[in-house]
Amino acid sequence: MAEIETHEYDVVVIGAGGAGLRAAIEASALGARTALVCKSLLGKAHTVMAEGGIAAAMGNVYAEDNWQVHFRDTMRGGKMLGNCRMAQIHAQEAPARVHELESWGALFDRTDDGRIQQRAFGGHRYDRLAHVGDRTGLEMIRTLQQHAVQEGIDVYMECTISRLLKDGDRISGAVGYWRESGEYVAFKAKAVVLATGGTGKAFRINSNSWEYTGDGHSLAYWAGAELIDMEFIQFHPTGMVWPPSVRGILVTEGVRGDGGTLTNSDGKRFMFGYISDYFRAETAETEEEADRWYDDKLNNRRTPDLLPRDEVARAIVAEVKAGRGSPHGGVFLDIASRRPADYIKRALPSMYHQFKQLADVDITAAAMEVGPTMHYTMGGVRVEPDTGAATVPGLFAAGECAGGMHGANRLGGNSLSDLLVFGRRAGIGAAEYALGLGSPPALADADVASVTTEMDANFGSDGDENPYTIQSDLQDAMHTLVGIIRTGPEIEEALGKIADLKGRAAKASVTGSKAYNPGWHLAMDLRSLLTVSEAIARSAAERTESRGGHTRDDYQETDPEWGKWNLSLSQNADGSMKLEKTPLLEIPADLAALIEEAG
Amino acid sequence: MAQVDRAVSPPHRLGFLRTLRTDAWWFEPAAIGIGLSVFLGYLTVSAFLDGWAYEIGPYLTPVFEPKLAGSFDAWYFSPALLILWVPVGFRATCYYYRRAYYRSYLLSPPGCAVGDAGKKYSGESTFPLVMQNLHRFFMYAALVFVVLLWIGAIRSFYNTESIIDGVAVETGWGIGLGSIVLVINATLLMMYSFSCHSFRHLVGGGSSCFSCSAVSRARKRIWDRVSAWNESHRTWAWASLIWIVFTDVYIRLVANGHITDPNTWGGF
Amino acid sequence: MTQADTSHLEPGTSRTVTLRVFRGDASGGEFVDYTVEMDEGQVVLDVLHTVQATQAGDLAVRWNCKAGKCGSCSAEVNGKPCLMCMTRMNTLDVSKPISVTPIKTFPLIKDLVTDVSFNYEGAKQIPAFAPRAPDAADGSYRMMQQDIERGQEFRKCIECFLCQDVCHVIRDHPENKPNFLGPRQFVRLAELEMHPLDTADRTEFIREAGGIAYCNITKCCTEVCPESIHITDNAIIPLKERVVDKYYDPFRWIFGKLTGRD
Repeated sequence: MAEIETHEYDVVVIGAGGAGLRAAIEASALGARTALVCKSLLGKAHTVMAEGGIAAAMGNVYAEDNWQVHFRDTMRGGKMLGNCRMAQIHAQEAPARVHELESWGALFDRTDDGRIQQRAFGGHRYDRLAHVGDRTGLEMIRTLQQHAVQEGIDVYMECTISRLLKDGDRISGAVGYWRESGEYVAFKAKAVVLATGGTGKAFRINSNSWEYTGDGHSLAYWAGAELIDMEFIQFHPTGMVWPPSVRGILVTEGVRGDGGTLTNSDGKRFMFGYISDYFRAETAETEEEADRWYDDKLNNRRTPDLLPRDEVARAIVAEVKAGRGSPHGGVFLDIASRRPADYIKRALPSMYHQFKQLADVDITAAAMEVGPTMHYTMGGVRVEPDTGAATVPGLFAAGECAGGMHGANRLGGNSLSDLLVFGRRAGIGAAEYALGLGSPPALADADVASVTTEMDANFGSDGDENPYTIQSDLQDAMHTLVGIIRTGPEIEEALGKIADLKGRAAKASVTGSKAYNPGWHLAMDLRSLLTVSEAIARSAAERTESRGGHTRDDYQETDPEWGKWNLSLSQNADGSMKLEKTPLLEIPADLAALIEEAG
Repeated sequence: MAQVDRAVSPPHRLGFLRTLRTDAWWFEPAAIGIGLSVFLGYLTVSAFLDGWAYEIGPYLTPVFEPKLAGSFDAWYFSPALLILWVPVGFRATCYYYRRAYYRSYLLSPPGCAVGDAGKKYSGESTFPLVMQNLHRFFMYAALVFVVLLWIGAIRSFYNTESIIDGVAVETGWGIGLGSIVLVINATLLMMYSFSCHSFRHLVGGGSSCFSCSAVSRARKRIWDRVSAWNESHRTWAWASLIWIVFTDVYIRLVANGHITDPNTWGGF
Repeated sequence: MTQADTSHLEPGTSRTVTLRVFRGDASGGEFVDYTVEMDEGQVVLDVLHTVQATQAGDLAVRWNCKAGKCGSCSAEVNGKPCLMCMTRMNTLDVSKPISVTPIKTFPLIKDLVTDVSFNYEGAKQIPAFAPRAPDAADGSYRMMQQDIERGQEFRKCIECFLCQDVCHVIRDHPENKPNFLGPRQFVRLAELEMHPLDTADRTEFIREAGGIAYCNITKCCTEVCPESIHITDNAIIPLKERVVDKYYDPFRWIFGKLTGRD
């Protein structure tokens, strides 16, 4: 075998969104030789599409807010399935992470007294989201990117990792390819941090970019790590539905946070009819109270338009099913009749621009048509809360590809704070592990060669399968059979289709050269897409209840017994998927008391 | 990214006036080029035409403002040339006019994504174009001219001559079409000056803190105003240019008896 | 509340369109015509994806978000620099082939993908953000909205590099690249210079390494900016004025010496 380009680092971070950048910055600051490897150009990661804001209980708008309230909101929003230690760390550390961004140059919108402005969002008791109009993700990624550049961190752009390698049971490096040239590259690393985001591209209608193919989930799984909570998929209630080419593009929850309401074809604010018992005590029952709440959160309860995302998404599906949907199969999101045009343009500039340019809709004059879109993967690599360590030594994970933090449903705004808090912690975890490691792990030539052989496989394959068609078929199967409302038989049908698609993917043929060949890249991404799809479907089949981002039409109730278990996935020696029920981390009494303090 | 040096030739590579644009990109630079030639050409000619009457009664064409004719009658050249360096310099170094003539005259570039002229390009980094940095000094002088033009405009409401072209007219305060034309001219030139980029920098743009003191907060308010005007700097530039030509034509036609100015003084 | 009229977007009006796409790499290339079906409401990137999925699986094109937020899919459509995900087909004359070419200013890698490392190298050179000490014990700062609005406009930049592409200083004169950072970096420099917390002075950098004098303010960068940042009026010209303050204004210089402010 010819020598391939090899680099040696203490810590290799895979993925350069919010979590990856934050992890790399921290690892590098602690003195670890750090590389940041990303599939796209630096600064293009999916974090850039986050709109609404970063949840952090700074108490700038409501002094009553604090980490305890944020913790409670997060746990309840996750239907009590989240890891309480992660939720605690997250709520406690988020404010400092936001302040840190400011000291690196971020310019958040301000309050009148010059502090960071905070906006209302679904499931959050108080105005809590630090934001910049509706482009907070861009602000965050640019700030982190510029800080990383300033710190001189080595960045490997448009470089995709295909496999992680191990020396014995611990991580020893990673192998991948340069997208640009198609040349292979190996990284010898003491520790690897996965920060690759989610799995949205397994679904037809999604708000995610092409990169979201479940790479981190799969890399960890193949390396022997555990995945948890894979059945929980967040369908964001408000994606664009029309025209077809933009279906799924996100419409920020900030529209509702800033006064927008959901209405059906009768012009009725239907969310008042979908308040579950779980949230009844904290939700407004009349339109008058809901409208007062925008200005006075202390004496009024939250509008049901801002119930957690799973609740709102299900309500929209029900309205459309009942024949009260909008012309193109969504519902109406109306801010035009509720806020002045100049306010809308100032608070939601990208939404205004997006609808104007892509759908010919002026949101200051007309209602938007919206419907659910696959948005976020709650499940991910099982990690140790304090360090982000996965179950394989030397492997760490942070951000969307890590599991546990959000339980069965993530609150809006908790993602960006998750990236910062656990990105930093994973960076510390990885750096300390790497710097404390005695002998560096060895990268076996044979292992590297087996990965490059695997990457070559699709090339010059004599199969006749088109990778684009395979992905499209997978998206249809996942969306219709393992989508927002699921049933046992349909999930089984999906598993059959996934098995079939795996066979077809092995025969995917690629034309052209290795240089910047998207067909080839997709053929390789199919391996991770199919792996996470199977993980999602298997977990969804097993959990016979409805909870958060997992709704079973054949098991509509939330079962308290299931509330004690996570579903954990790992790879058997024969390559098959092992599914186990593992007990939820028990909530210590002091934290449990915080959740009990209702009202 | 891999570090490979790549020199390539896609089909739209390099070349003067080469582009794949399919729209009428050439229309704007052509129209602006013709417009500038016509109006600036007229003003150039006008400035030399001190032999052709340029004032009558209370009206003096702005091309010869401030009026130096009395003291410089014996001067070899037109007296306008003693003062014209101010408006000419101001407009020549103006950020808007630079855009206009770089595109229309120097074809640098003729249009966006259209190949520009010239093998070498150094922009405003070398002589003579480095002199564009003097724009603010012309702006200071132009601000003086705003005052002078307003004085001229106000003076146009007060006639001191009792006999004009052999006709007895009233003296004292009054109003004529010419006064209105001159007021509009002063207004447009004032707005052109107040919407200037250098003026915007002067009033507040150079500051990095708007909230720091009462003075800086006041500067912020002025800066906001000037910024709003600045967005229409191009409009002010053209309006004031066209109007000064119109004003000059109008007053000369009146002064030479081709048309009669309607006014309260009962003459010219 | 009114409902938007989207009747012109109704289906059943799909039609064929021909994209004339540049295919090639460092060794040269050619235009290839692809005729495909397109639906109403589609953007150029949608049609390219159809081409990729049905006729040319190896057609190289960068894209990520397909919502105008990441700035990856910059190209030139009918010769105009644009984001392909925000260029609606119904704004183009589809009765003729539509040319799609890579952005011109940067070295070609393959098809529509170019080597934009010039921009990343430029970013590395910029003197770093240097904030004052925090205003409060929790590490937070006090900044007023009115002081950050200029910077917020610049931070809308999605780094699509269309301004860099259209700028004739480097587009038509690649030899200027070592001496000129381009509009994107001037936007970044303006943001830093106007940042209320920043304590550094980058005027000399802007003039020397930045090469701001090469800009002849012909405003093409502003015209192509998908985020509608007033690059020329709000970033470049104010920076030119700051350079004049320091290097071409003797009155300022004397005033500074006399008052001890420099």
